[in-house]
Amino acid sequence: MRLTAAAAGLALGFVLAPASAQQSPYADYQRMTAENAPIELYELAGEELWKKPQGPKNVSLERCDLGQGPGVLKGAYAGLPRYFADADRVMDLEARLVYCMMTLQGRSHEDATQRVFGNADKASELALLSAYVAGQSHGMPMRPGVSHPKEKASYELGRELFYHRAGPWDFSCASCHGEPGKRIRMSELPALNRAQDVRPLMATWPAYRVSNATFITLEWRMNDCYRQMRMPEPKYGSEIPVALIHYMTVNAQGVVYRGPAIKR
Amino acid sequence: MRSFLLLPLAAALASCSTMGGGDLSPGPRGESAADMQRITNVLKSNMHERGQAKMSRIELDDVQRLCNQYADNPPAEQAKRIEAAQLAAIPFPSGSLIGDWKSGEKIAQSGRGMTWNDKPGNAGGSCYNCHQINPKDEAHGTIGPSLAGFGKIRGNRPEIQHYVYGKIYNAKAYNACSQMPRFGHSGTLTEQQMKDLTALLLDPASPVNK
Repeated sequence: MRLTAAAAGLALGFVLAPASAQQSPYADYQRMTAENAPIELYELAGEELWKKPQGPKNVSLERCDLGQGPGVLKGAYAGLPRYFADADRVMDLEARLVYCMMTLQGRSHEDATQRVFGNADKASELALLSAYVAGQSHGMPMRPGVSHPKEKASYELGRELFYHRAGPWDFSCASCHGEPGKRIRMSELPALNRAQDVRPLMATWPAYRVSNATFITLEWRMNDCYRQMRMPEPKYGSEIPVALIHYMTVNAQGVVYRGPAIKR
Repeated sequence: MRSFLLLPLAAALASCSTMGGGDLSPGPRGESAADMQRITNVLKSNMHERGQAKMSRIELDDVQRLCNQYADNPPAEQAKRIEAAQLAAIPFPSGSLIGDWKSGEKIAQSGRGMTWNDKPGNAGGSCYNCHQINPKDEAHGTIGPSLAGFGKIRGNRPEIQHYVYGKIYNAKAYNACSQMPRFGHSGTLTEQQMKDLTALLLDPASPVNK
Protein backbone atom coordinates (compact mmCIF):
# COMPACT_ATOMS: atom_id res chain seq x y z
CA MET A 1 0.00 0.00 0.00
CA ARG A 2 1.57 3.28 -1.18
CA LEU A 3 0.01 5.17 1.70
CA THR A 4 2.04 3.35 4.31
CA ALA A 5 5.13 3.57 2.12
CA ALA A 6 4.73 7.35 1.99
CA ALA A 7 4.28 7.54 5.74
CA ALA A 8 7.38 5.41 6.30
CA GLY A 9 9.29 7.62 3.88
CA LEU A 10 8.28 10.69 5.81
CA ALA A 11 9.34 9.15 9.10
CA LEU A 12 12.73 8.47 7.50
CA GLY A 13 12.77 12.10 6.43
CA PHE A 14 12.82 13.25 10.02
CA VAL A 15 15.84 11.09 10.72
CA LEU A 16 17.66 12.66 7.77
CA ALA A 17 16.50 16.20 8.54
CA PRO A 18 18.66 18.66 10.52
CA ALA A 19 18.63 18.26 14.30
CA SER A 20 16.54 21.42 14.70
CA ALA A 21 13.68 19.84 12.72
CA GLN A 22 13.48 16.94 15.15
CA GLN A 23 12.89 19.32 18.03
CA SER A 24 10.22 21.25 16.15
CA PRO A 25 6.91 21.40 18.02
CA TYR A 26 5.31 20.65 14.64
CA ALA A 27 7.07 17.32 14.17
CA ASP A 28 4.29 15.38 15.89
CA TYR A 29 1.64 17.32 13.97
CA GLN A 30 3.41 16.53 10.70
CA ARG A 31 3.73 12.85 11.57
CA MET A 32 0.08 12.56 12.55
CA THR A 33 -1.22 14.34 9.45
CA ALA A 34 1.02 12.13 7.30
CA GLU A 35 -0.84 9.06 8.47
CA ASN A 36 -4.17 10.12 7.03
CA ALA A 37 -3.32 12.06 3.88
CA PRO A 38 -5.06 11.02 0.70
CA ILE A 39 -1.95 10.72 -1.50
CA GLU A 40 -3.08 7.52 -3.14
CA LEU A 41 -6.39 9.06 -4.19
CA TYR A 42 -4.55 11.86 -5.98
CA GLU A 43 -2.36 9.35 -7.77
CA LEU A 44 -5.40 7.35 -8.87
CA ALA A 45 -7.21 10.46 -10.10
CA GLY A 46 -4.03 11.39 -12.01
CA GLU A 47 -3.89 7.96 -13.61
CA GLU A 48 -7.45 8.40 -14.82
CA LEU A 49 -6.59 11.76 -16.40
CA TRP A 50 -3.44 10.29 -17.97
CA LYS A 51 -5.53 7.65 -19.74
CA LYS A 52 -8.50 9.88 -20.61
CA PRO A 53 -8.85 10.99 -24.26
CA GLN A 54 -9.00 14.79 -24.31
CA GLY A 55 -8.54 17.82 -26.55
CA PRO A 56 -9.32 18.38 -30.26
CA LYS A 57 -7.47 15.18 -31.15
CA ASN A 58 -9.34 13.23 -28.47
CA VAL A 59 -6.32 11.20 -27.39
CA SER A 60 -4.87 10.37 -24.00
CA LEU A 61 -1.41 11.28 -22.70
CA GLU A 62 -0.32 7.64 -22.72
CA ARG A 63 2.18 8.26 -25.57
CA CYS A 64 3.72 11.29 -23.84
CA ASP A 65 7.54 11.07 -23.78
CA LEU A 66 8.76 12.21 -20.37
CA GLY A 67 12.38 11.53 -21.26
CA GLN A 68 12.52 7.74 -21.14
CA GLY A 69 10.58 7.16 -24.36
CA PRO A 70 6.90 7.51 -25.33
CA GLY A 71 4.66 6.16 -22.60
CA VAL A 72 7.49 5.16 -20.24
CA LEU A 73 6.58 6.31 -16.74
CA LYS A 74 8.87 4.17 -14.63
CA GLY A 75 11.71 6.41 -13.42
CA ALA A 76 10.70 9.29 -15.69
CA TYR A 77 10.16 11.82 -12.90
CA ALA A 78 13.53 10.92 -11.32
CA GLY A 79 15.23 11.91 -14.59
CA LEU A 80 13.76 15.43 -14.69
CA PRO A 81 14.36 18.24 -15.38
CA ARG A 82 16.21 17.40 -18.60
CA TYR A 83 16.75 18.59 -22.15
CA PHE A 84 14.17 17.54 -24.76
CA ALA A 85 15.37 17.69 -28.36
CA ASP A 86 11.84 17.92 -29.79
CA ALA A 87 11.15 21.11 -27.85
CA ASP A 88 14.83 22.19 -27.88
CA ARG A 89 14.68 23.26 -24.25
CA VAL A 90 15.03 21.97 -20.70
CA MET A 91 11.71 21.01 -19.12
CA ASP A 92 10.51 19.98 -15.71
CA LEU A 93 7.60 17.58 -15.32
CA GLU A 94 4.96 20.29 -15.49
CA ALA A 95 6.36 22.03 -18.58
CA ARG A 96 6.59 18.63 -20.25
CA LEU A 97 3.01 17.71 -19.39
CA VAL A 98 1.80 20.97 -20.94
CA TYR A 99 3.92 20.22 -24.02
CA CYS A 100 2.28 16.78 -24.35
CA MET A 101 -1.21 18.26 -23.89
CA MET A 102 -0.46 20.64 -26.76
CA THR A 103 1.33 18.27 -29.14
CA LEU A 104 -0.53 14.99 -28.51
CA GLN A 105 -3.98 16.24 -27.58
CA GLY A 106 -3.94 19.35 -29.74
CA ARG A 107 -4.90 21.63 -26.88
CA SER A 108 -3.96 25.31 -26.88
CA HIS A 109 -1.46 26.60 -24.32
CA GLU A 110 -4.29 28.65 -22.84
CA ASP A 111 -6.49 25.58 -22.47
CA ALA A 112 -3.71 23.43 -20.99
CA THR A 113 -2.73 26.07 -18.42
CA GLN A 114 -6.05 27.69 -17.55
CA ARG A 115 -6.10 26.22 -14.03
CA VAL A 116 -2.65 25.01 -13.06
CA PHE A 117 -2.69 25.04 -9.24
CA GLY A 118 -6.07 23.99 -7.85
CA ASN A 119 -7.41 24.41 -4.33
CA ALA A 120 -8.98 22.47 -1.45
CA ASP A 121 -12.22 22.01 -3.39
CA LYS A 122 -10.62 20.70 -6.54
CA ALA A 123 -7.03 19.76 -7.33
CA SER A 124 -5.74 20.86 -10.73
CA GLU A 125 -5.32 18.51 -13.67
CA LEU A 126 -1.56 19.20 -13.71
CA ALA A 127 -1.24 18.50 -9.98
CA LEU A 128 -3.06 15.17 -10.31
CA LEU A 129 -0.99 14.17 -13.34
CA SER A 130 2.15 15.15 -11.40
CA ALA A 131 1.10 12.92 -8.50
CA TYR A 132 0.60 9.96 -10.82
CA VAL A 133 3.82 10.40 -12.80
CA ALA A 134 6.01 11.15 -9.76
CA GLY A 135 4.66 8.08 -7.96
CA GLN A 136 6.19 5.90 -10.69
CA SER A 137 9.69 7.00 -9.59
CA HIS A 138 9.19 6.03 -5.96
CA GLY A 139 12.38 4.38 -4.66
CA MET A 140 14.58 5.56 -7.54
CA PRO A 141 17.62 7.88 -7.35
CA MET A 142 17.05 11.34 -8.82
CA ARG A 143 19.27 11.99 -11.83
CA PRO A 144 18.32 15.27 -13.53
CA GLY A 145 20.06 16.08 -16.81
CA VAL A 146 23.49 17.67 -16.35
CA SER A 147 25.41 16.90 -19.54
CA HIS A 148 23.73 18.75 -22.43
CA PRO A 149 24.94 22.36 -22.82
CA LYS A 150 21.36 23.59 -22.36
CA GLU A 151 21.11 21.56 -19.14
CA LYS A 152 24.27 23.22 -17.84
CA ALA A 153 22.93 26.61 -18.89
CA SER A 154 19.61 25.89 -17.15
CA TYR A 155 21.36 24.97 -13.90
CA GLU A 156 23.47 28.12 -14.12
CA LEU A 157 20.41 30.28 -14.77
CA GLY A 158 18.74 28.65 -11.77
CA ARG A 159 21.73 29.54 -9.60
CA GLU A 160 21.72 33.11 -10.92
CA LEU A 161 17.99 33.53 -10.28
CA PHE A 162 18.41 32.03 -6.81
CA TYR A 163 20.80 34.81 -5.75
CA HIS A 164 19.39 37.68 -7.84
CA ARG A 165 17.90 40.42 -5.65
CA ALA A 166 15.08 42.51 -7.06
CA GLY A 167 11.63 43.88 -6.30
CA PRO A 168 10.35 46.41 -3.76
CA TRP A 169 11.69 44.38 -0.82
CA ASP A 170 15.09 43.57 -2.40
CA PHE A 171 14.58 39.83 -1.99
CA SER A 172 16.22 36.89 -3.69
CA CYS A 173 15.48 33.23 -3.00
CA ALA A 174 18.65 33.28 -0.91
CA SER A 175 17.20 35.95 1.39
CA CYS A 176 15.31 33.13 3.09
CA HIS A 177 16.95 29.98 1.72
CA GLY A 178 20.62 30.95 1.53
CA GLU A 179 21.79 30.00 5.02
CA PRO A 180 21.10 26.95 7.17
CA GLY A 181 19.28 27.00 10.49
CA LYS A 182 17.00 30.02 9.94
CA ARG A 183 13.27 30.39 10.48
CA ILE A 184 10.37 32.54 9.23
CA ARG A 185 8.12 32.64 12.27
CA MET A 186 8.11 28.96 13.35
CA SER A 187 8.78 27.57 9.86
CA GLU A 188 12.25 26.15 9.42
CA LEU A 189 13.87 27.33 6.21
CA PRO A 190 15.92 24.82 4.24
CA ALA A 191 19.12 26.22 2.70
CA LEU A 192 18.42 25.21 -0.88
CA ASN A 193 22.05 25.64 -1.92
CA ARG A 194 23.12 22.85 0.46
CA ALA A 195 22.78 19.17 -0.46
CA GLN A 196 21.90 18.08 3.07
CA ASP A 197 18.96 20.50 3.23
CA VAL A 198 17.69 20.15 -0.32
CA ARG A 199 17.92 16.36 -0.66
CA PRO A 200 15.07 15.46 1.72
CA LEU A 201 12.93 18.12 0.01
CA MET A 202 13.44 17.09 -3.58
CA ALA A 203 12.83 13.50 -2.50
CA THR A 204 9.29 14.38 -1.43
CA TRP A 205 7.81 16.85 -3.99
CA PRO A 206 5.17 17.01 -5.38
CA ALA A 207 3.11 16.66 -2.22
CA TYR A 208 -0.15 16.90 -0.39
CA ARG A 209 0.17 20.05 1.68
CA VAL A 210 -1.93 20.15 4.81
CA SER A 211 -2.03 23.96 5.01
CA ASN A 212 -3.37 24.14 1.43
CA ALA A 213 -5.55 21.02 1.86
CA THR A 214 -4.67 19.99 -1.66
CA PHE A 215 -2.00 18.35 -3.76
CA ILE A 216 0.63 20.84 -4.89
CA THR A 217 3.56 20.86 -7.24
CA LEU A 218 7.04 22.35 -7.33
CA GLU A 219 5.91 25.02 -9.78
CA TRP A 220 3.28 26.05 -7.24
CA ARG A 221 6.08 26.37 -4.67
CA MET A 222 8.18 28.56 -7.01
CA ASN A 223 5.11 30.67 -7.81
CA ASP A 224 4.23 31.26 -4.17
CA CYS A 225 7.82 32.18 -3.30
CA TYR A 226 7.85 34.87 -6.01
CA ARG A 227 4.54 36.13 -4.61
CA GLN A 228 6.12 36.43 -1.17
CA MET A 229 9.18 38.06 -2.71
CA ARG A 230 6.73 40.77 -3.88
CA MET A 231 7.67 40.14 -7.49
CA PRO A 232 5.44 39.81 -10.58
CA GLU A 233 4.20 36.29 -11.34
CA PRO A 234 6.46 33.81 -13.16
CA LYS A 235 4.81 32.18 -16.18
CA TYR A 236 3.92 28.54 -15.61
CA GLY A 237 6.31 26.10 -17.25
CA SER A 238 8.66 28.93 -18.26
CA GLU A 239 12.43 29.15 -17.98
CA ILE A 240 12.20 30.68 -14.49
CA PRO A 241 10.53 27.85 -12.52
CA VAL A 242 12.25 25.21 -14.66
CA ALA A 243 15.73 26.67 -14.02
CA LEU A 244 15.12 26.99 -10.27
CA ILE A 245 13.75 23.45 -10.03
CA HIS A 246 16.71 22.24 -12.08
CA TYR A 247 19.14 24.04 -9.74
CA MET A 248 17.57 22.45 -6.66
CA THR A 249 17.26 18.98 -8.16
CA VAL A 250 20.90 18.95 -9.26
CA ASN A 251 21.90 20.16 -5.78
CA ALA A 252 19.98 17.14 -4.46
CA GLN A 253 20.96 14.66 -7.17
CA GLY A 254 21.37 11.04 -6.24
CA VAL A 255 18.79 11.22 -3.47
CA VAL A 256 16.27 8.38 -3.57
CA TYR A 257 12.82 9.67 -4.47
CA ARG A 258 10.26 8.66 -1.85
CA GLY A 259 7.30 10.86 -2.75
CA PRO A 260 4.72 11.98 -3.39
CA ALA A 261 4.67 12.92 0.26
CA ILE A 262 2.81 15.01 2.81
CA LYS A 263 3.90 18.46 3.92
CA ARG A 264 2.87 20.86 6.64
CA MET B 1 47.26 -3.47 -8.89
CA ARG B 2 47.79 0.21 -9.21
CA SER B 3 44.90 0.66 -11.65
CA PHE B 4 42.68 -1.24 -9.21
CA LEU B 5 43.39 1.34 -6.56
CA LEU B 6 42.96 4.25 -8.91
CA LEU B 7 39.63 3.19 -10.37
CA PRO B 8 37.51 3.86 -7.28
CA LEU B 9 39.40 7.12 -6.80
CA ALA B 10 38.63 8.19 -10.34
CA ALA B 11 34.99 7.28 -9.82
CA ALA B 12 34.90 9.28 -6.60
CA LEU B 13 36.45 12.30 -8.33
CA ALA B 14 34.01 12.03 -11.22
CA SER B 15 31.07 12.00 -8.83
CA CYS B 16 32.54 15.02 -7.02
CA SER B 17 32.72 16.95 -10.25
CA THR B 18 29.01 16.45 -10.88
CA MET B 19 27.98 16.97 -7.26
CA GLY B 20 29.78 20.13 -6.31
CA GLY B 21 32.78 21.40 -8.21
CA GLY B 22 33.13 22.82 -11.69
CA ASP B 23 30.19 24.40 -13.46
CA LEU B 24 27.56 22.94 -11.18
CA SER B 25 28.53 24.49 -7.87
CA PRO B 26 25.59 26.04 -6.00
CA GLY B 27 27.29 29.10 -4.44
CA PRO B 28 26.86 32.75 -5.49
CA ARG B 29 29.27 34.25 -8.03
CA GLY B 30 28.16 37.84 -8.30
CA GLU B 31 26.79 39.32 -11.50
CA SER B 32 28.63 41.36 -14.12
CA ALA B 33 26.69 44.24 -15.69
CA ALA B 34 25.99 41.97 -18.68
CA ASP B 35 24.79 39.13 -16.39
CA MET B 36 22.46 41.51 -14.61
CA GLN B 37 20.95 42.71 -17.88
CA ARG B 38 20.53 39.13 -19.14
CA ILE B 39 18.87 37.96 -15.89
CA THR B 40 16.61 41.03 -15.88
CA ASN B 41 15.60 40.19 -19.46
CA VAL B 42 14.84 36.58 -18.48
CA LEU B 43 12.58 37.89 -15.70
CA LYS B 44 10.88 40.34 -18.07
CA SER B 45 10.12 37.76 -20.72
CA ASN B 46 9.01 35.01 -18.30
CA MET B 47 6.85 36.97 -15.85
CA HIS B 48 3.62 38.88 -16.11
CA GLU B 49 2.16 41.60 -13.92
CA ARG B 50 -0.50 40.57 -11.46
CA GLY B 51 -2.46 42.89 -9.16
CA GLN B 52 -0.18 45.54 -7.72
CA ALA B 53 2.94 43.53 -8.66
CA LYS B 54 3.78 45.41 -11.86
CA MET B 55 6.60 44.54 -14.23
CA SER B 56 8.49 47.68 -13.13
CA ARG B 57 9.40 45.75 -9.96
CA ILE B 58 11.92 43.78 -12.02
CA GLU B 59 14.03 46.90 -12.70
CA LEU B 60 17.04 47.27 -10.40
CA ASP B 61 18.17 50.32 -8.45
CA ASP B 62 21.72 51.26 -7.36
CA VAL B 63 21.53 49.22 -4.14
CA GLN B 64 20.32 46.07 -5.88
CA ARG B 65 22.90 46.43 -8.65
CA LEU B 66 25.75 46.79 -6.14
CA CYS B 67 24.59 43.83 -4.02
CA ASN B 68 24.01 41.61 -7.06
CA GLN B 69 27.40 42.54 -8.49
CA TYR B 70 29.27 41.58 -5.32
CA ALA B 71 26.96 38.80 -4.03
CA ASP B 72 26.12 40.99 -0.98
CA ASN B 73 29.78 41.67 -0.12
CA PRO B 74 30.63 44.97 -1.83
CA PRO B 75 34.00 46.70 -1.30
CA ALA B 76 33.82 48.91 1.81
CA GLU B 77 34.25 52.17 -0.08
CA GLN B 78 31.40 51.49 -2.48
CA ALA B 79 29.21 50.28 0.37
CA LYS B 80 29.86 53.52 2.29
CA ARG B 81 29.05 55.65 -0.74
CA ILE B 82 25.73 53.93 -1.33
CA GLU B 83 24.82 53.98 2.37
CA ALA B 84 25.43 57.74 2.48
CA ALA B 85 23.23 58.28 -0.59
CA GLN B 86 20.42 56.17 0.88
CA LEU B 87 20.67 57.97 4.24
CA ALA B 88 20.54 61.39 2.60
CA ALA B 89 17.25 60.45 0.91
CA ILE B 90 15.38 59.59 4.14
CA PRO B 91 12.81 62.30 4.96
CA PHE B 92 13.09 62.34 8.75
CA PRO B 93 10.03 63.92 10.39
CA SER B 94 10.75 66.62 12.97
CA GLY B 95 9.91 66.18 16.64
CA SER B 96 9.46 62.93 18.52
CA LEU B 97 9.56 59.78 16.39
CA ILE B 98 7.87 57.69 19.07
CA GLY B 99 4.28 56.84 18.12
CA ASP B 100 1.94 54.29 19.68
CA TRP B 101 3.62 50.98 20.57
CA LYS B 102 0.27 49.15 20.65
CA SER B 103 -0.45 49.83 17.01
CA GLY B 104 3.26 49.21 16.36
CA GLU B 105 2.80 45.68 17.73
CA LYS B 106 -0.07 45.06 15.27
CA ILE B 107 2.02 46.37 12.37
CA ALA B 108 4.94 44.17 13.45
CA GLN B 109 2.67 41.10 13.56
CA SER B 110 1.13 41.64 10.12
CA GLY B 111 2.83 39.87 7.24
CA ARG B 112 0.45 41.36 4.70
CA GLY B 113 1.19 43.86 2.00
CA MET B 114 2.77 44.39 -1.41
CA THR B 115 2.13 40.89 -2.84
CA TRP B 116 0.06 40.37 -5.99
CA ASN B 117 -2.92 39.22 -3.95
CA ASP B 118 -2.83 42.04 -1.40
CA LYS B 119 -4.80 45.21 -2.07
CA PRO B 120 -2.50 48.24 -2.38
CA GLY B 121 -1.88 49.86 1.00
CA ASN B 122 -2.75 48.36 4.39
CA ALA B 123 0.65 46.74 4.63
CA GLY B 124 2.24 45.40 7.78
CA GLY B 125 5.96 45.23 8.51
CA SER B 126 6.32 41.44 8.64
CA CYS B 127 8.72 42.16 11.53
CA TYR B 128 8.09 38.96 13.51
CA ASN B 129 8.79 36.94 10.35
CA CYS B 130 12.50 37.60 10.96
CA HIS B 131 12.98 39.13 14.44
CA GLN B 132 12.24 38.27 18.02
CA ILE B 133 10.47 41.38 19.35
CA ASN B 134 8.09 40.91 22.29
CA PRO B 135 9.96 38.11 24.09
CA LYS B 136 6.64 36.56 25.12
CA ASP B 137 5.78 35.83 21.49
CA GLU B 138 7.67 32.67 20.60
CA ALA B 139 6.45 32.52 17.00
CA HIS B 140 9.25 34.70 15.66
CA GLY B 141 11.75 34.15 12.89
CA THR B 142 15.53 34.16 13.18
CA ILE B 143 16.78 35.75 9.95
CA GLY B 144 17.33 39.09 11.72
CA PRO B 145 18.75 39.73 15.20
CA SER B 146 16.59 39.61 18.33
CA LEU B 147 15.14 43.00 19.23
CA ALA B 148 14.00 41.96 22.72
CA GLY B 149 14.98 44.62 25.24
CA PHE B 150 16.04 46.98 22.43
CA GLY B 151 15.09 50.23 24.18
CA LYS B 152 15.89 48.98 27.66
CA ILE B 153 19.51 48.58 26.63
CA ARG B 154 19.82 51.73 24.51
CA GLY B 155 17.36 54.24 25.99
CA ASN B 156 15.21 56.40 23.73
CA ARG B 157 17.04 59.69 23.29
CA PRO B 158 16.55 61.50 19.94
CA GLU B 159 19.63 59.97 18.27
CA ILE B 160 18.34 56.46 19.03
CA GLN B 161 14.86 57.37 17.73
CA HIS B 162 16.51 58.74 14.60
CA TYR B 163 18.46 55.52 14.08
CA VAL B 164 15.47 53.20 14.60
CA TYR B 165 13.16 55.22 12.36
CA GLY B 166 15.90 55.49 9.71
CA LYS B 167 16.67 51.77 9.88
CA ILE B 168 13.01 50.90 9.32
CA TYR B 169 12.66 53.50 6.57
CA ASN B 170 15.78 52.32 4.74
CA ALA B 171 17.96 49.55 6.23
CA LYS B 172 20.40 49.96 3.34
CA ALA B 173 21.39 53.40 4.68
CA TYR B 174 23.20 51.57 7.49
CA ASN B 175 24.23 48.31 5.81
CA ALA B 176 24.28 48.45 2.01
CA CYS B 177 23.31 44.82 1.42
CA SER B 178 21.19 44.18 4.51
CA GLN B 179 18.53 41.50 3.96
CA MET B 180 15.94 43.82 5.53
CA PRO B 181 13.48 45.51 3.17
CA ARG B 182 13.40 49.32 2.91
CA PHE B 183 9.93 49.84 4.33
CA GLY B 184 9.73 53.61 3.85
CA HIS B 185 11.77 53.87 0.67
CA SER B 186 9.65 51.15 -0.99
CA GLY B 187 6.41 52.86 0.00
CA THR B 188 5.35 49.87 2.08
CA LEU B 189 4.75 51.65 5.39
CA THR B 190 3.55 55.17 6.20
CA GLU B 191 5.34 57.70 8.39
CA GLN B 192 2.86 57.01 11.21
CA GLN B 193 3.34 53.25 10.95
CA MET B 194 7.12 53.64 11.17
CA LYS B 195 6.75 55.92 14.20
CA ASP B 196 4.54 53.28 15.82
CA LEU B 197 7.17 50.61 15.14
CA THR B 198 9.82 52.92 16.58
CA ALA B 199 7.66 53.13 19.70
CA LEU B 200 7.38 49.36 19.87
CA LEU B 201 11.17 49.18 20.18
CA LEU B 202 11.80 52.29 22.29
CA ASP B 203 8.79 53.10 24.50
CA PRO B 204 9.57 52.02 28.08
CA ALA B 205 5.92 50.81 28.31
CA SER B 206 6.34 48.47 25.32
CA PRO B 207 6.52 44.74 26.14
CA VAL B 208 9.81 44.72 24.22
CA ASN B 209 11.37 46.59 27.14
CA LYS B 210 9.70 44.77 30.04
